[in-house]
Amino acid sequence: MRPRIQLLSAELIGRILREAFELLMNPGVRVGSAVIELLRSAGVEVNDGVARIPEPLVQQCLASAPRNFYLYNRQGEKAVHYGDDDVHFDPGSCCVQMLDPDTLEARPSETRDLVRIVQVTETLPQFAAQSTAVVCNDAPSAIGDLYRLLVVLQHSDKPVVTGSFSAAGLEGMIDLLAADSGSPEKLRQQPRAVFDVCPSPPLNWSEFGSHNLLDLARAGVPAEIVSMPLAGGTAPVTLAGSVTQHAAETLAGITLHQLAGPGSPVVWGGAPAIFDMHTGGAPMGAVETAMLNLACAEVGKHLGLPTHGYLVATDSKFVDAQAGAESARSAMLGALAGINMISGAGMLESLACFSVEKLAIDAEWVASAYRLVRGIEVRSDEVRGETLATAMFAQTGLSGEFLQLKETRALFRQEQYLPSPVIDRSARGSEPPSDVFRRARTRVDELVSKCQKLSLPEDVLRKFQAIVDREADRARVAAALPRN
Amino acid sequence: MSDQLFGAMLQSIIDGAPDKAAELAQQALANGVDPLEAVNRGFAVGIKFAGDQFGCGEMFLPDLLASAAAMKAAINILEPEMLKRGSQREALGKVVLGTARGDIHDIGKNLVATILSASGFQIFDLGTSVTPEQFVAKAKEVDADIVGVSALLTTTMAGQKAVIEALDRNGLRPRVKAIIGGAAVTSKWAAEIGADGYSRNAIDALELAKNLMGKGTALT
Repeated sequence: MRPRIQLLSAELIGRILREAFELLMNPGVRVGSAVIELLRSAGVEVNDGVARIPEPLVQQCLASAPRNFYLYNRQGEKAVHYGDDDVHFDPGSCCVQMLDPDTLEARPSETRDLVRIVQVTETLPQFAAQSTAVVCNDAPSAIGDLYRLLVVLQHSDKPVVTGSFSAAGLEGMIDLLAADSGSPEKLRQQPRAVFDVCPSPPLNWSEFGSHNLLDLARAGVPAEIVSMPLAGGTAPVTLAGSVTQHAAETLAGITLHQLAGPGSPVVWGGAPAIFDMHTGGAPMGAVETAMLNLACAEVGKHLGLPTHGYLVATDSKFVDAQAGAESARSAMLGALAGINMISGAGMLESLACFSVEKLAIDAEWVASAYRLVRGIEVRSDEVRGETLATAMFAQTGLSGEFLQLKETRALFRQEQYLPSPVIDRSARGSEPPSDVFRRARTRVDELVSKCQKLSLPEDVLRKFQAIVDREADRARVAAALPRN
Repeated sequence: MSDQLFGAMLQSIIDGAPDKAAELAQQALANGVDPLEAVNRGFAVGIKFAGDQFGCGEMFLPDLLASAAAMKAAINILEPEMLKRGSQREALGKVVLGTARGDIHDIGKNLVATILSASGFQIFDLGTSVTPEQFVAKAKEVDADIVGVSALLTTTMAGQKAVIEALDRNGLRPRVKAIIGGAAVTSKWAAEIGADGYSRNAIDALELAKNLMGKGTALT
C-alpha cells in the first residue's frame, strides 16, 4: 500500500471547480493582446482586455490536453514521467543570489555557481531533472534566460525545468533546445525541457505570459503553468479561496494553450503561498504554503492532468534547523501527494537565495520522501515464503542473530535508505563532531570532483554559438559561449 | 470629557473602525473640540500605537490597513474644519511614490503610501511601472521632499538606480531625498546606487521618511 495524503474531499474539489468556472466568466480573466484574436475566434467575448471564458470551451480544452507525457534526457531516454502519481524533484529556480559558504552572506550568483549547482544535481539520483537555478550576473542580462539554459545544456544530460524572462527570450531558448535535440521535430517528439509560464495574480495572463503559452503550444514544447496566488495578498485569504483562484488561472492558461496547440503537453503546476501578514512576503516554508501546493495539485489530479508544485524551499537565510525542518517536511508532503514535479530544493530566503550545500542536504530529504512513499512492503519472495517474521525466527530461534541471516543481507538495501555522509548517525568519537552544513560542503566538493565533463558534438556547439550570437545581436550585447 | 473622547478616538484607530472614527470626529466638531487637537491627542496617537504594535508583532498588515482606513475617515471629517480655522495639520512632507519601470507589483508600495498618508505625509502615488522621467516630472510639479521607488523583481531593481540618476541629472538632489524598497532590495543595494534611504517594511519606511524630513541626513 502506498501511503498518501489528501486534503480535499471530492465534494470540495467540485465546489472549487464550480467557483473557478464562475470566476472565468465573472470577473473574467485579463489577457494579453497576443491571444485576443485566438479567443475571439473560439467565440470568447473579450472587452477591454478582459476575457469571459465559458465552461464548455474550457472543458473542450481540458479534453485535448494530454494526460501524461515524458521528458527525455540527452541520450533520448525517457527520464521524467509527468503523469499518474509519479514523483520527481528538481532544484528551485530562479535565484539571483548565492549563499557564500565561507562568509555565509548572500552574493550575486554567477556562471560558476550555476555550473556547480548543475554538477551536483547531475550526480545526485534524487533529482530527476535540472533547473536553470540561478541568474548568471556575470552574463549580459538581456540574454540572461538563454544563457542560463545554455550553461545547463553544456553540463548536463538530464531533462531541464526552465522558463524565459521575456517573450523574445523564449524563441532563442526553444532554438537552443532544438539544436540540442537535433531538430525542432525531434524536440517536439522527445522534449528535453519544460517551460514554467506564470499568470500574474489575480486572474491576469499578461502579455508576456500569454505570448509564451502560444509559442510553447505551437512548438509542442511542454508548458508548466505556475499560478502563484498569495493567500490574503493577491488572492482570497482562505486556503480554499486561493486554491479556487489557482484553478481559475490555470484553467484559463490551459484554454489559451490548447486553443493554440491542441494536444500540446501542459502541466497543472503552481507556486501558491500564503501572504505573510507581518513581512508582506511569501513564506515558502510555511505549512499552509505546502497545504496550498498539495490542494492545488489535487485539483489537477482530479482533472487527470500532470502536476507540479513548489516545495522543499525555506524562508531561512541560513542552512539551519529552520531550513531543514521546512524543506524536509514539504518534501515528504509533496511525495505523499504524488506531485509529478516538485521544484524548490536548494532555495533559501523565500526563493531569493540559492545554496548548493542546501541542495545536497535536501537530496537526503528527497530520498527519505521517496522511501516513505514506497511504504511498508510485504515481500512474498521465495527466500522467506509468505511469512513476515516466522520464517526468519525459524532460523534464529531466540539467538537474536539476525545480522548473519542471508535475508538481512539480501533485503536491507531495499528496506532502508542508506544516507550519504551528509546525515550524521555516528557515535561520538575522538574527533570533534561536525555540523550538517560542514558535512554538506565536503559532500558538494566530492560530488563536483566526481562529475564528468560532457563533450558535446562540435556541430551542436557551433549551433549554440550561432543562436547566442543571433540573440546577443538582437539584444545589442556581446556574448560568447560560457567557458567550461 | 475630552480625555474620554480622545481615548475613544485612539481606540477607534486601534480597532480599525472607520465608521466609529468618523462618528467620533463628528462628535468632536459638534462639541467644539479643536480638530487639530482631536488629531494630535486622539487619532494620531492611535496610529502611532498601531505602528508600534506592528513593530513588535502584536498587530499585522490587515490590522494596520484597517487602522489607516479609520484614520483617513476621521481626517476626512476634520479636514474642512481645520482648513476653515487655518489650523491645518502640517503635512510632514510630500512624497512621490511608484514602482520601478517594468514592475507591476505594488502591494509594498501601496502599504507605504497608506502608512505614510495616515501618519501625515502628503502622498502622490504614480502607480506601477513608472519611468524615471515621470518620477522627475512629478517631483518637480509638486515640489516633493521625498521620492520613493519600489521594486520587487531583481530585474527591475535597475529602475531604482535609473530614477536616482534622473533626479541627480535634473538637479533635484540632495534637496529631494530618494528612498527605495522591495523584497529583493537591501541596504547594500541602496548604498550602491546612492539612495538616501531604504527600509524593509512600511513601518520602517515611516521612520525613515520622518528622519529624512527631520534631519535631512542619509540613513542607509
